Amino acid sequence: MAIRLTVIALAIAASAIGIAFAQSSTVDEIAKYREALQDGNPAELWEARGEEMWKAPRGPNRVSFERCDLGVGAGVVKGAYAQLPRYFADAKAVMDLESRLVWCMVNQQGISEADATRIKFGDGSARRSDIEALAAYVTSQSRGVDMKVALDEPHVRDMYRLGERMFFYRGGTHDFSCATCHGEDGKRIRLQDLPNLTKTEGAQKAYTTWPAYRVSQGELRTFQWRLNDCFRQQRFPDLVFGSEASIALTTYLAARANGAPYSGPAIKR
Amino acid sequence: MADPMKIRANVVGDSTEVKVLMNHEMETGQRKDAQGKTIPAWFIQNVKVTHNDKVVLDAQWGPAVAKNPFLSFKFKGGAKGDKVKITWVDNRNDTRTDEATIA
Repeated sequence: MAIRLTVIALAIAASAIGIAFAQSSTVDEIAKYREALQDGNPAELWEARGEEMWKAPRGPNRVSFERCDLGVGAGVVKGAYAQLPRYFADAKAVMDLESRLVWCMVNQQGISEADATRIKFGDGSARRSDIEALAAYVTSQSRGVDMKVALDEPHVRDMYRLGERMFFYRGGTHDFSCATCHGEDGKRIRLQDLPNLTKTEGAQKAYTTWPAYRVSQGELRTFQWRLNDCFRQQRFPDLVFGSEASIALTTYLAARANGAPYSGPAIKR
Repeated sequence: MADPMKIRANVVGDSTEVKVLMNHEMETGQRKDAQGKTIPAWFIQNVKVTHNDKVVLDAQWGPAVAKNPFLSFKFKGGAKGDKVKITWVDNRNDTRTDEATIA
């Protein structure tokens, strides 16, 4: 019996070492995989579709997004994403890219809010999201531009503080906070390494690579999707698309990335 | 009607490097939907590339190629301003042709 136990213990020890080895080489392999894919990132297909949509007259008012002000002038997309979320005086609110796009669809193009947000996220097949395509186009126009969220603006500052509180707020059936998974180095879900968002490098690397094409889903995913799925994984109540909570968290994370060049839309497993 | 491809064609030394992104579901026929029904196979079967009407690549593809495929290849010759034309045909006989100018 004693011999048998020893054998089992040895087997466990051996497999633990095996896992540790597999872990580091898996991380390397995933990094290589991402690099190999970067050249032919299908996000470009979303960018192309979004660009077409941006320029075309839409909705009952037949107005294109060329009248939509993302904060740097009507219709200007160059570098706009690097300064979002920001305070918009016309809407009297701090908005992220997705909620601003919806605002323009509703207030300028005359599309109902229900229609504008009917397909928030594509299903990887026929149900394609306009918002994801538009986000791909707009964000691609900020590639290489340094993140610069205006924290000196009082409304943005308030949102940042709210987002910071939410990031560390524990709740839900599992008593999770964002920081439970994203507050330490070396955390992971299954084989997926999780960025430590409390560190500047971690926050910068994570935020500047969203939106991203998710190979496993065959879809381009926006930051709203990222937060939405984090809430699901935390067993939190559904995060309402474009809600104050989602924008507060986005503001917190975007501002934590300030100073780093934006490099999305990226490609992720 | 399928969505357009994204094509980049550049002269590199004495050859032309072509990079193509195609918009396609590339369904294998092995997957099942939420109701347990098999999703029918739907994939690109043939890719043909011509340079000034001369075929430089003719490929037969199967269901093992990923969704939204990326194809990169080189061919000898080609000059700035030449046209590269790419056509794919899938197993539903749906087809799409796009053209790019070599830069």
